[in-house]
Formats: sequence, C-alpha cells, structure tokens
Amino acid sequence: MRYDGVPRIVSKLLIPLILLFGLYVQFHGDYGPGGGFQAGVIFAAGFILYALIFGLRRCREVLSDGFVRIMLAAGLLLYIGTGLASLWLGANFLDYDVLGHDPVSGQHHGILLVELGVGITVAGAMLAIFFSFAGRDETGFSGADDAEAEAEAEAEAEERERAETGA
Amino acid sequence: MSALIGPILLAFLIAVALAILNLRNLFAVVMLSGIFSFLMAGVFVILDAVDVAFTEAAVGAGISTVLMLGTLALTAAREKLPRKRLPILPLLVVLAVGGVLIYGTFDMPAIGDPNAPVHQHMAPRFIEQGPIETGVPNMVTSVLASYRGYDTMGETAVIFTAAIGVLLMIGRRRKRKPETATGKREGRDDAV
Amino acid sequence: MTWLGHFNYWIFVVLMMIGLYIVISRGNLVKKIVGLNVFQTSVFLLYISMGKIWDGTAPIVTDALMDGRPVAYSNPVPHVLILTAIVVGVATTALGLAFVVRIKESYGTIEEDEIQHMDEEAFLARSEHLGGQP
Repeated sequence: MRYDGVPRIVSKLLIPLILLFGLYVQFHGDYGPGGGFQAGVIFAAGFILYALIFGLRRCREVLSDGFVRIMLAAGLLLYIGTGLASLWLGANFLDYDVLGHDPVSGQHHGILLVELGVGITVAGAMLAIFFSFAGRDETGFSGADDAEAEAEAEAEAEERERAETGA
Repeated sequence: MSALIGPILLAFLIAVALAILNLRNLFAVVMLSGIFSFLMAGVFVILDAVDVAFTEAAVGAGISTVLMLGTLALTAAREKLPRKRLPILPLLVVLAVGGVLIYGTFDMPAIGDPNAPVHQHMAPRFIEQGPIETGVPNMVTSVLASYRGYDTMGETAVIFTAAIGVLLMIGRRRKRKPETATGKREGRDDAV
Repeated sequence: MTWLGHFNYWIFVVLMMIGLYIVISRGNLVKKIVGLNVFQTSVFLLYISMGKIWDGTAPIVTDALMDGRPVAYSNPVPHVLILTAIVVGVATTALGLAFVVRIKESYGTIEEDEIQHMDEEAFLARSEHLGGQP
C-alpha cells in the first residue's frame, strides 16, 4: 500500500495528529471525556495505521517487540507503584491523599499517575496483540509490503556500497 | 425531534445484528460489526455516557475490526454452509431465554427514573463529593482512578494477562510449514 | 419521554438473543466471536440504560443551570464499569481470535463440524492402530 498516493500522504498527515490527540485525551481526561483506556487505544491506533500503510517491518524498527513488552509491564508496574508509594507515605494502598501537599493535589497526582499507567499498558497490549496477528504469516496483510521493503533496503545498501567504492 | 434519534439508532442496531446473522461473507460480517459498534457509540452518547461512547468508538470499531481482519487474512474469508438448514433447537433455546428475560424486565424501574434504586446509594456521594474531594470535574475519571482504584488495577492486570496470552499463542513467527492436519495430531497423540 | 419506559431493555434482550443465536447456531469460529461481541455489547447497553436519568447530563461538572434548576447528572458508576469492560472485552476477544488462528494452523479449517469430524476420525484410526475396541 506504500505506493498508493492517497493513503500514504493522508496517513503521513494524520499520524502525528492521532498521536497528539492520544496525548490530549490522556492528560485532559480529568476535565473532559477521556482517560488512560481511550488514550492508550488511540495511541496504538496511530502506530497500527503506520504499520498498515508502510509495512510491519518499518513499524517494528520504531517500536521493537522488546519495547512493546516493556510498555506492557511498565504501565501496570506504574499503577501498582503509585499504590505502594501511598502505602510508603503512611496511607492505605491507592489512597492518594498523601501524594501532594494537600489531599486535593495528592488526588490529582495519584489520578494522573494511575491513568498514565493504564494508558501505557493498554497501548502496549494493543500493539503487542496487533504485531502478533500481523506478523504471524508471510502471506498476511503486511507480508507483501515487508518483502518489498526488504528488497528496497538491499538495493539501497548496494547503491551505498557502489557510491563508497566510487569515491 | 431528538427523542426520535434513540429509537431509530436502536432499530438500526437490530437490523445490523440480523445482517450479521444472515451473511456468509465474513469480510462483510466484520465490517458490519464495526458499524454495530459505531451505532452503539451513538446510543451511548444519547444516554449521557460520553466516556463510554468514546471508548466504544475507538476500541469496538477501530481495534476490534483490525484484529478480526487480521484473523480473516490468516484463516478463511467465507463461512461454509451449515449441514442443517434451520437449526430448530438453538431457536427454541433463544426464544425461551429471551422470553424469560423480557418477563424479568417488567420488574425493573423505568429507564431514566431518578428514584430508581441504582441512583440511591453510591452515586449521589460520588456526584456531590467526587469533584470536591479529588478536584477532578469528570466524575467518571475520579470514580475510575480514585474511588474504584482497586477495580481498575484488576482490569489493567486482565488486559496485561490477555496480551501475554496472545503473545504466547501466536507471538512468534511460524518457522516451518504446517504438516497435514491428521499427521500432526496423530504425532501428538503418540507423544501422549 | 416516559412512553419509552422499558423500550431499551427490550432492545437489549433482542440484541442479546441475536448474539446468543449466532453463537450457538453458526459453526464458523470467527462468526461465533462476532456473535459473542454482539452479546457483550448488548450487556453494555443494559448497564448504560440503567445509569440514565431523564433531563440529566453527562457526569462532567458544569456551572450552568438547566431551566433554572441545578443540573442532574447521570449515574457515573455504570459508565466506569462498562468503560473498563469494553477494553477488557477487546483484549479477551483478541485472545479468542488467537485461538482461532492456532486452530486453523493445526486443523486447516475453522468450521466446527469439520473439526469434530476430524477428531472422531483420528480417534477411530488410533483405536484401530492399537488393535483394541474403541
């Protein structure tokens, strides 16, 4: 799909906006509709769109499997860590009152951290699931593009070699 | 005028569900399930659940559709004809269960009744005190992250576990071509 | 508005039964999962319908008054329950689809009766091979 003009250009314009909107939904969830669950999904959707248009291989160069798995665990650990931090400061587990200089700001910090944890885990989970499905088979919907990308990378390497030897 | 939007959306929902039931082309079925999610998101907006509508539109219509299309790419795009033309037993089961459920709804309070039991116990506390105690205007966020923090932690753990399950099952690229189905299963039986 | 009364509940029952019918009468595993999604979404509709208050508004604080009265907010608790349930639902759906992919790779089909047929044949072949009664 990389050589169809319309999807390529439209997605290039849209992907930064999708990621920005994901961040807005994440951090504006306290004031309007939104929060970690939606933000994680939207953030993952931006990368999934990239993978659908430009091939899974290129997407994996940006977000490696290892990084996605770290995201998956890090979000949940951030959530539990927030609970343990309030326990450490002398309150109950997940009682955010003690996280700030007064209860309201403590609640604010706690909610922000917890929602961030949820967002990271959800984004990691959606990306991990998508990568598993899309990378399962060579004939799947990213297979052809990956083969193209491989051939292109080889051609580029050859050209570079030729340029170096020429110079 | 706006009172009509709800019933029309609900009628569309039923039409789409019946189309999902009848179509054999799985690609069309998956697309219709995305449309079903969008319609449901519209119904949620009418019912004042904007956060839920947002999630349903992003998750149900976006991610689920992509995952189902991925599955279709790996399996088959068409459903085969069932052996029996009209399965009578499932129809009877469904009619019986549906009848009991409809009978059950007569005991429920009418929709939108402010005196219904569901609005009496926790909700007034969350609505009145939530924005003051947490300083967060969106009550859904304050209940989700603060008052019901344990619950949300559990849900996050479920998502984590489901993703780990998918990674374990199909996370690795297949190395070799699949053998013939019977041969492979016999081999496994011998191993047991 | 009260003439609607239990209307949403009946729609919920009809949708739920269509979902259940798809799950138990269709043999294709992908279609079964779509049916399960219809079933699940109808439950979401039930919960959200219960949280609605007529003339209420979305549970986000506003300073505005509605016809001179303070604003009535719909119940946020069902919204929270369903919000998390939707995301958990897609994660578990993905797990189900992963099972379907693995079944396709092992059996070469995702039709329920064909899988059952192959299982029976394999069982008979094995019992003949062992030389005893099935």
